[in-house]
Amino acid sequence: MLRFLLRRLAQAAVVMFVISLLSFSIQDNLGDPLRELVGQRVSEAERDVLREQMGLNDPFLVQYWRFLGRAVEGDLGDSYFFKRPALEVILDKFPATVELVLGASVIILFFSVPAGVYCAIRPRALFSRLMMGASIVGISVPVFLTAIMLIYIFSIQLGWMPSFGRGETVDVGGWGTGLLTADGLWHLILPSISLASIMLPLFIRLIRAEMLEVLHTEYIRFATAKGLSRYRIWFLHALKNTLLPVITVGGVQIGTMIAYTILTETVFQWPGMGFMFLEAVNRVDTPLIIAYLIVVGLIFVITNTLVDLVYGLVNPTVQLAGRQE
Amino acid sequence: MIRKLKRLAGASALAPAMLAACLATGLAVGPVTAQANTLRMAYDADPVSLDPHEQLSGGTLQLSHMVFDPLVRWTQELGFEPRLAESWERLDENTVRFKLRQGVKFHSGGEMTADDVIWTYQRLLESPDFKGLFTPFKAMNKVDEHTVDWVTDGPYPLVLHQATYIFPMDSGFYSGDDANGNPKATLKKHGDTFASKNASGTGPFTITAREQGVRVEFARFADYWDTASPGNVSEIVFTPIKENATRVAALLSGDVDFIAPVPPTDLARIEQNEGTELVTMSGTRIITFQMNQNRREEFKNPKVRQAIVYAINNVGIAKKIMKGFATPGAQQGPTGYAGYKASLQPRYDLAKAKQLMADAGYEDGFSITMMAPNNRYVNDAKIAEAVAGMLAKIGIKVDLKTMPKAQYWPKFDERAADMMMIGWHSDTEDSANFSEFLTMCPDADSGAGQYNSGNYCNPKVDELIVSSRTETDEGKRAAILQEVEQILHDEAAFVPLHWQNLAWAARSGVGIADVVNVMNFPYLGDLVVE
Repeated sequence: MLRFLLRRLAQAAVVMFVISLLSFSIQDNLGDPLRELVGQRVSEAERDVLREQMGLNDPFLVQYWRFLGRAVEGDLGDSYFFKRPALEVILDKFPATVELVLGASVIILFFSVPAGVYCAIRPRALFSRLMMGASIVGISVPVFLTAIMLIYIFSIQLGWMPSFGRGETVDVGGWGTGLLTADGLWHLILPSISLASIMLPLFIRLIRAEMLEVLHTEYIRFATAKGLSRYRIWFLHALKNTLLPVITVGGVQIGTMIAYTILTETVFQWPGMGFMFLEAVNRVDTPLIIAYLIVVGLIFVITNTLVDLVYGLVNPTVQLAGRQE
Repeated sequence: MIRKLKRLAGASALAPAMLAACLATGLAVGPVTAQANTLRMAYDADPVSLDPHEQLSGGTLQLSHMVFDPLVRWTQELGFEPRLAESWERLDENTVRFKLRQGVKFHSGGEMTADDVIWTYQRLLESPDFKGLFTPFKAMNKVDEHTVDWVTDGPYPLVLHQATYIFPMDSGFYSGDDANGNPKATLKKHGDTFASKNASGTGPFTITAREQGVRVEFARFADYWDTASPGNVSEIVFTPIKENATRVAALLSGDVDFIAPVPPTDLARIEQNEGTELVTMSGTRIITFQMNQNRREEFKNPKVRQAIVYAINNVGIAKKIMKGFATPGAQQGPTGYAGYKASLQPRYDLAKAKQLMADAGYEDGFSITMMAPNNRYVNDAKIAEAVAGMLAKIGIKVDLKTMPKAQYWPKFDERAADMMMIGWHSDTEDSANFSEFLTMCPDADSGAGQYNSGNYCNPKVDELIVSSRTETDEGKRAAILQEVEQILHDEAAFVPLHWQNLAWAARSGVGIADVVNVMNFPYLGDLVVE
């Protein structure tokens, strides 16, 4: 176990290093940060003076070495726009994104399991067919469109829901949460639904397919022959084994979902990391872009490690990498 | 609204906590809007910094007009209106004397004097963004506590234009060191400076809370000097909403009272919608294409350049692509500017364009490259595509590349394509500024023609523009600038497309029509909300 974690930690370090190198090397193609910092009438000569002051004229390796030196100490540079350490800016935006992903995950969990199971048990029922049809539509409609439609229906036409932002938040030990205020929860609903809209159909289909497969296995037939109640077979024996691959996919998808928040956050003006990243790209705020990519890389590594650990707990026959030899 | 929420909550069988939540929001929103003096506004971006000298941009000037006051400001008719300068007079060719208003209080409580104005002016001269505006000036001298003399190097016609950029800062407030031991007056592009996070001016509003990129809250300054102002907004909650559709939705759903900019696709909808009002103005930013004569031998021939101008139906572009939300033009400066010549009108004529190509010896056409940004100007990429299509009709094959502005500007600096798009707004609100940056012979030393990617160069134009700088007789100066426009038109120095219009929208009862202007810095201190 310890060996497994250590190995993962070493892998994480390599991943971080590669991401930083890659993001650092593309920064020249992102545009000229100076252009976003100065007005249009400032001459090229003056921009060059500023560039020199900021160390942007140094050779690539010099800049990268300087960056690495600071990164080791936990300093990923200052954001040009926010004028604060990039990591601090990201941590500030982190709660908003996590709560959005949490909201979407709750929706996915509560709808995909019952719907998926039902579609597997009653594959020919009208509801199942409707569900399968709807899920195809759900997968193909871009989040952007779903979000705009939700705003149009629930904010403009019906006037029920707020159209943007995070509402009122309270600070709990440095974590600005919107989950504890009524206004905050109210603002969370539409963005969560939009974000869930891409993953929900995927999970319904996944659970249905897995469940169908499990229902055709020997041990289920044996259990039926033995005369166990149908509900016991479905929800105890079959569902448990269905969920194994779902956990794997789910873990990986949480990482993806954090990436997907970029679109949802942009449409809803949700003050999270995704929106911040998009803006950073528009403003060529390179230190912030690099820091974001590194943090997201780290999140992927952590979620994958957790999935492996959970998987080992759920299914004892699976061995962690460290114990294999 | 509350009943609706109740019904919804009941119908979907939400937990009791949720029901309470809905009620709480409903009730909380009620009284706030009833007071009606809180203005909730949404722009596409929030100010980069609270330091009025850090970046010369629309956002900075909008903020400056809220937290600070200028010496003089523009009226809607492009005249000048006294603000912190009560009056002014020209003492001699090179000197204008400004009498400052007395009894004007800064947010910190101190009184504004000539020292603050001079302090601010000195600081402007250190700002990379702003100092360029003040190159014709020699000094600003204190006469007494409430009088300053502003001295130019020679006769200079635009003294008042530049005075609109002087927003006196509270020199007492910005003196000394901040918590980190750095001087509070420090002006830095991307630094954690005192001035970028704190502000004290004389303006109608003070900043009470700010979370960058999320919201800024303003409260009306109790000791604001302009007691004659009809403005009755006591608080402003400013939210940046980047996405056009969301910004419009926020207005239509009543979540905000005032939005800008309004995307062309939603103009009709807001106008027809009950409860919202739209205000539009013909803008001052000209969108053009430049034809690079250093890259293409063909473009040195005025006939080819004329053929291109004749081939491009800019009236059609303004109508179809811009949905009428642009004023097609045939010169640099818009109507209202000194150099505007009414006789210069768009000249789309395909037959004539083909004839000119034939006369120039290019009946078979040629191939060129073109670049345009895709997120800088309204519909920029679509306009470039349309222009490329129109040029194909006279045999010019266009290889078009569009890209985000962040990547476009470095390409523009490299002059990386034969035709490049550039939009320009004159920050002096004067015609000469267009030529200085776009059509004068490029000269790295003087800074002339910095954005002239076409390398169009006519010594006569340069001469005229230089003479306009020292001509203080308005009539003579206008004649000079109009001659420039005529020459540029005749020689087809560049391809003029249109001036981008401006639009603002608000809920009915918010009197934005009286406070907006073509510079796009609404005077929110004077805003009346019913």
